[in-house]
Amino acid sequence: MTTTATTASPRGLAGLEPALNGHQPGWLGGIRRAGLEWVAEHGFPTLGDEDWKYTRVGPILDVPFQPAVGGMKHRLSASAIDGLAGDLGGTRLVFANGYFAPELSTLMALPEGTTVTSLASVLAGDAERLEPFLARPLSSQHHAFTALNAALAEDGAFIQIPPDATIAAPIHLVFVSDAGASPLVSSPRSVVHAGARSQATIVETHVGSGGVYLTNAVTEVILEDGAQVQHYKVQDEADTAFHLAALHVRPGRDSSFSTHALALGAAIARHEVWVKLEAAGAEVTLNGLYLPDGNQHHDNPTLIEHVAPRCTSRQLYKGVLGGHGRGVFNGHIVVGPDALGTDASQTNKNLLLSDTAEVDTRPRLEILTDDVRCTHGAAVGQLDEEAVFYLRSRGVPHQQARGVLTYAFAGEMLQLIGVGPLRSRVESKVAERLNREDTDRETFR
Amino acid sequence: MTDVSSEVREFASREYQYGFVTDLETDVAPRGLNEDVIRLISSKKNEPDWMLEWRLKAYRGWLTMEEPTWQKANYAPIDYQDIIYYAAPKPKVALTSLDEVDPEVLAMFDKLGISLAEQERLSGVAVDAIVDSVSVATTFKEKLADVGVIFCSFSEAVQCHPELVKRYLGTVVPRRDNFFAALNSAVFSDGSFCFIPKGVRCPMELSTYFRINAADTGQFERTLIIAEEGASVSYLEGCTAPMRDTNQLHAAVVELVALDDAQIKYSTVQNWYPGDAEGRGGIYNFVTKRGKCAGVNSKISWTQVETGSAITWKYPGVILQGDNSVGEFYSVALTANHQQADTGTKMIHIGKNTSSTIVSKAISAGHGQNTYRGLVKVLDSASGARNHTQCDSLLLGGDCGAHTFPYVEVKNPTAQVEHEASTSKIGEDQLFYCRQRGIPEEDAVSMIVNGFCREVFKELPMEFAVEAQKLLSVSLEGSVG
Amino acid sequence: MLQIENLRASIGGKEILRGVNLEVHAGEVHAVMGPNGSGKSTLAQVLAGRESYDVTGKVLYEGEDLLALSPEERAAAGVFLAFQYPVEIPGVGNLYFVRTALNSLRRQQGLDELDAIDFLSLAKERMRLVEMDESFMGRSVNEGFSGGEKKRNEIFQMAVLEPKLAILDETDSGLDIDALRVVAQGVNALRSEGRAMLVITHYQRLLDYIVPDVVHVFADGQIVRSGDKDLALELEQHGYADLEQRATLASAAAPVVGATS
Repeated sequence: MTTTATTASPRGLAGLEPALNGHQPGWLGGIRRAGLEWVAEHGFPTLGDEDWKYTRVGPILDVPFQPAVGGMKHRLSASAIDGLAGDLGGTRLVFANGYFAPELSTLMALPEGTTVTSLASVLAGDAERLEPFLARPLSSQHHAFTALNAALAEDGAFIQIPPDATIAAPIHLVFVSDAGASPLVSSPRSVVHAGARSQATIVETHVGSGGVYLTNAVTEVILEDGAQVQHYKVQDEADTAFHLAALHVRPGRDSSFSTHALALGAAIARHEVWVKLEAAGAEVTLNGLYLPDGNQHHDNPTLIEHVAPRCTSRQLYKGVLGGHGRGVFNGHIVVGPDALGTDASQTNKNLLLSDTAEVDTRPRLEILTDDVRCTHGAAVGQLDEEAVFYLRSRGVPHQQARGVLTYAFAGEMLQLIGVGPLRSRVESKVAERLNREDTDRETFR
Repeated sequence: MTDVSSEVREFASREYQYGFVTDLETDVAPRGLNEDVIRLISSKKNEPDWMLEWRLKAYRGWLTMEEPTWQKANYAPIDYQDIIYYAAPKPKVALTSLDEVDPEVLAMFDKLGISLAEQERLSGVAVDAIVDSVSVATTFKEKLADVGVIFCSFSEAVQCHPELVKRYLGTVVPRRDNFFAALNSAVFSDGSFCFIPKGVRCPMELSTYFRINAADTGQFERTLIIAEEGASVSYLEGCTAPMRDTNQLHAAVVELVALDDAQIKYSTVQNWYPGDAEGRGGIYNFVTKRGKCAGVNSKISWTQVETGSAITWKYPGVILQGDNSVGEFYSVALTANHQQADTGTKMIHIGKNTSSTIVSKAISAGHGQNTYRGLVKVLDSASGARNHTQCDSLLLGGDCGAHTFPYVEVKNPTAQVEHEASTSKIGEDQLFYCRQRGIPEEDAVSMIVNGFCREVFKELPMEFAVEAQKLLSVSLEGSVG
Repeated sequence: MLQIENLRASIGGKEILRGVNLEVHAGEVHAVMGPNGSGKSTLAQVLAGRESYDVTGKVLYEGEDLLALSPEERAAAGVFLAFQYPVEIPGVGNLYFVRTALNSLRRQQGLDELDAIDFLSLAKERMRLVEMDESFMGRSVNEGFSGGEKKRNEIFQMAVLEPKLAILDETDSGLDIDALRVVAQGVNALRSEGRAMLVITHYQRLLDYIVPDVVHVFADGQIVRSGDKDLALELEQHGYADLEQRATLASAAAPVVGATS
């Protein structure tokens, strides 16, 4: 696929323009223009915006980003991807700077009728198939970054699973950024469409080899009636990078969706999950673990809208915050007037490890009918000194005892990862990170 | 199957008992707000220049501010030029004792169930009665003066204790704290002033009773309570207003200052007119209440029962500055009909080993919208800070709403903060159990709701607790058709 | 006192009671036994006026149509249900609750209300009956009570409210042997000429303590067999499996003639 390069603007993100090349249908051009117009009209979020109250995007806007383009050279190899993102044993689509890299990808046999490919290839060959997904995005609640994604996205994953199909091995989507000398923004857009009663596991891994870059990703998941999708998201970007992502989900009747967001990398990361429960009887689970240290900032906004009756939503987010790290949990549940029999719960727990770390948590409930059972809880605290003492009395040195218990706190989330190779991979990442934390914990008893 | 919500819908249509108007001769300022009106208010009150200056500065600040829009409330825009900013019952003679209070005023308070004369004789609660903008009577003054406690109207404090007012006014809620606080600072009319000197435990509960009587007036009281080192006081506030089909604005400011080892307990039963079943009329209750635990080991406790007003916005907070200081917030908020309440607290932990407790019980019925909004902020200086928050919401009927918006911001790794919240409808199993024992449905609802609120009611002084329970029960009367 | 004819109840379209016929006279104790899920507890709930069921059939209580009454009217008429799972009512004091209940009944019966002092002495006396500690009085209704304490509290309430028809729904479940003895002792003390009891239980062991006049076997939403206390022993030996087969036969046949004593 060829594209015309967009002009870099001294105004950074605000000045970007979409690549309106000849290969795309007219309706897509309209979407791109609308996205940019939205940004021009509304601008970028500020701290005054309730949903961005704790996340400053100024440092991102200050960078003179250029959009990544397809066909750019990268220095990556399949074995490098194994190292960066792991091999989970199933189909693996790799995207370099947001563009599909077939030479790095592995395709496995999938049930008949299943599509697992790049968005760009569908756009080039059978664009109409994408119109229902791109022309009517799930979320009408734009902010500048999702609007910008709509304007700039040219590639990403497109997964369509036929009714009743079961895909046992996880489908791994690896987004790898390989920024050169100049800052790049990649804008992948992925669509997962799970047919009625189908079952699949999708893993998104975002990694980078260093440098300043921005991943501005949008993933949409549509579940037809009775579908079951497990989604994992590992954000392990370079510490110099920015990561802004939105996961939008529309579950069908009696479907079941779970997502697990693990935030490890990036200087500023914001992973937004939005689920609209418009069909009765659906169940969703949102889990998250964020581990900011150094000067990292991890923001985790979630919005679950209960519109239809008898849906269940569960949320559990945990944060371990060290160094000058800052973590944000901004969970929002809205139960509409017709959502009778809603059962919703939301829990956020945080462990602060350093004097300079900060956590802001806002579990919000907005309830407009009476036939509900909703709970939420948030906690910020330290390790249980009793438990530390217990370990020490068994001969475990103090520092190590704290490490063990900190890991145990995070470990609850790791146990929830159902994909074995992914779990071991994340476990070792988390262990490594918490060990690193240990060394600068002198200020702490 | 009987529809529980039908009985609950009736709950929304409870009658407001305090909606009468008393025919008092009233001295009013012209409609609208400008510097001349502020000068008029100040001169009516014979204020010193510094007080006028303070008001004018606040007014100029207010002019540059915008009315907030973040609250979860819907209401038509307020025309600030269509409000009367000063209304006072005309005193027939200068007051030296209760005997000289306008008998109409005394009769009005009798009708409200607060006999000022009786209070003076029997109950051992000192009362400051405020009608519209002016304090009409303060009981027990001499007895309190014996132990050094100053309890008087704010106007009197400006005249008689200017040094205290100057020292503390605006130190907790600055003039430009927010739009409504700035407006209050410019036009505040009267309110209560309490000063408990060093080492004194106030020998009786102090109480202010607020009554809006005149039409189209705004009420802007200002209350300032200071407890010096080792002092303690319990203060009660009650409020009612006549039924009118236009909305009236109430924008009060309350400031509490607790020095070392001092304790202030502030209890409110707010029963302003809530508007009728269709949502016409009612008070806009936009209030700024804040306490400062300035000294070590000090404690400020807010307890509120909010059943009235068309719209309530209030977040009685505590600035926990002194080491080991304690802040508490206990709240029951009930919204029925078309009432909207957005209430909660702010606990700002600054000092070491400071602790705060928040218990909020929200009940929504009819088309009521009830929001808990609270901030717990632990600054990096607040080592060992503790907070526990419990917010429960009870929904009666399918047309109401209950919302919980906590904000927790923690910058100290030794802090322990816990927030828990639950929302559910009134338990059908509980209702059935009560009814099986012979308790009629309406009484059962009332009993369960009161039980739900007990944790908060037990924080109220005895007389207030009884009044609060009665208020909820009365609200439930006539609920089963 | 109680005549039940072809009582059917369903919830969410699912029929639980499939034509119950039963007659209970004053002074009698009837045991209703049956396997889990046979509809015994539904019978108790329907008689007490639970509103979540669609009910047809006829229930006469002292000659009046019981089904036409609200739960509180049934209570005022003397129907008492000791719940299988007594609910917790946070913040409402136990003693306050029982006094409110008693005075509501008295008011509905046209009697004067008892004042706090008279009530207290009555309550204390009745608490002794179930060996209930006075510390329970101030606690919230059933809140934090153990299973056994909740069941004792039910019998205590029955002792205070003095119903004419007491329905005990699995009052023995979850009780250890000492608690069972105490509860049974309380129940036995309340047996009288004018009072009928319907004792619903899964196990025979309760009937060692509360000896019934009539035993009914419940299966698949119906009474499939009735007899004297020996029927319970028979069940103990052979279990319910045998009976369920009969129920299948019975439901295929014409409505079973209700048990009479």
